[in-house]
Amino acid sequence: MSLITCKGLSFAYDGVTVVHNLNFKVEPGDYLCIVGENGAGKSTLVKGLLQLKSPSQGSITYGEGLTASQIGYLPQQTQVQRDFPASVREVVLSGCLGNGGFHPFYTKKDREKAEKNMEALEITDLKDRCYRDLSGGQQQRVLLARALCATQKLLLLDEPASGLDPVVTKSLYELVERINARMGITVIMVSHDMAAALAYSSHVLHMGSDRQLFFGTSENYRRSSAYHSFMGSKNAARIWRHENAPVRRRREERAPEAAAPEQGAAIRTAQEAYRKEQTDRDAADT
Amino acid sequence: MQLILEMFSYPFMVRAILVGILIALCAALLGVTLVLKRYSMIGDGLSHVGFGALAIASALNLAPLRVAIPVVVLAAFGLLRLGETSKIKGDAAIALISSGALAIGVTVISMTTGMNTDVYNYLFGSILSMSREDVILTTAAAAVVLGLFAVFYHRIFAVTFDETFARATGTRTGFYNSLIAVLTALVIVIGMRMMGSLLISSLIVFPAMSAMRLCRTYRSVILHAAVISVSCLVVGLTISYLYATPTGASIVLCNLAVFLVYLILERITRPSSR
Repeated sequence: MSLITCKGLSFAYDGVTVVHNLNFKVEPGDYLCIVGENGAGKSTLVKGLLQLKSPSQGSITYGEGLTASQIGYLPQQTQVQRDFPASVREVVLSGCLGNGGFHPFYTKKDREKAEKNMEALEITDLKDRCYRDLSGGQQQRVLLARALCATQKLLLLDEPASGLDPVVTKSLYELVERINARMGITVIMVSHDMAAALAYSSHVLHMGSDRQLFFGTSENYRRSSAYHSFMGSKNAARIWRHENAPVRRRREERAPEAAAPEQGAAIRTAQEAYRKEQTDRDAADT
Repeated sequence: MQLILEMFSYPFMVRAILVGILIALCAALLGVTLVLKRYSMIGDGLSHVGFGALAIASALNLAPLRVAIPVVVLAAFGLLRLGETSKIKGDAAIALISSGALAIGVTVISMTTGMNTDVYNYLFGSILSMSREDVILTTAAAAVVLGLFAVFYHRIFAVTFDETFARATGTRTGFYNSLIAVLTALVIVIGMRMMGSLLISSLIVFPAMSAMRLCRTYRSVILHAAVISVSCLVVGLTISYLYATPTGASIVLCNLAVFLVYLILERITRPSSR
């Protein structure tokens, strides 16, 4: 059963439809990238997936015991947060509040979970620091740890790299990929960074301003007309090959680990596809 | 020492200190949240509504607090809803409501009793204004505010820090925003008699702003603000008693002094502060 199934999904503001007739599925273990131009309704779709906005048409179905409030959400940063006096620990712990039942205070389990996630994101040494004194990249890690506290299954990231420099962006993407591959957490990422979308994701949803342009695996997307018109045809393939060689290599190195049973089938499929593609190209090159 | 004993020998001073400490505590706790949510002006708006309500209550010979509490709570809800849903933005809504209520209050007063010491006390506060009934009501209201704040502390933090995330992960943010509005309304009304409706909002803003100069975690800001607020109140009351200065203004001046000291300390300890 799919984690999320969207059928004929549309959203409207004041009667004006901004998201048109989306059809896609998210399977456990997937890494779905949602791309599209400004104004294609990406952020609206995010609100819809979190059930903060109800669809004007169509339906979103959650499966595998997922509910909308169990999605670990990494929002775009707001101005308020940037000068908020709060320690890293306080911020991360606040992700635990949605976890079933009402407790006025944090339980021991909550604290352990927060510790574990801070460790996974390598921010344990920052835990008593003030959130507002951290760099942009560190702040994103803190919010990512908070999102992990709120979920067991699915992370939803809304433009996580906006405002970060290229080096920090890259390490953030790698971190998200690690969460996806090692912790077996499904990832949905909204991005306008096409190169990253293709390098790390297993699936792509391309939203146009008036219809859904593409949904499928990243492999197929690279060959699709939607991708080529978006990237300016021929150059795209070259750029992709260029920018993502290191990533593909890393995926190769990690391949044995990917066979671990807790890994989603989707990851394996994607990785096999990558491997095959690599061999094909190598053959073509020689 | 003798001075303190003498101060406490007057029942009105004991009442004032008791009520004052409770109000200062509540105001500081809520103040941190309100300042961080960019709602600093809501206290000002609500206190003007309180002034209007008090004016009407005294014109009709009703108990002032019993009229003012429901009216101000309603106004708090109104401000919140206006800010959320309509096309009138939060700060404009506050300006409309506060000047409107002030105008109503002044008109009612000039048509009935005229401008007298009572009115002066409403505006600037008085140490003598606390009746026994006021003390009981205030204590009850303060207990409610402190209790609810303690129980919902972590949720209030989550909603203040990141409302979208809190709502996405299943926290009922609407409820907590309303709760904050109601608690603020309560603090404003009970604090207004002593501090004056023109000055009560400073009790909400100053301690939080001072604490935020130096503290780096949410909990330390809250605790620090509470300590600043209560100490300033006690010192201010003592000054007011000794030199017969207006109570509200004395307390605000103490807060202002603390704020300036903290501002300088911040500059010294972190020269490149953002």
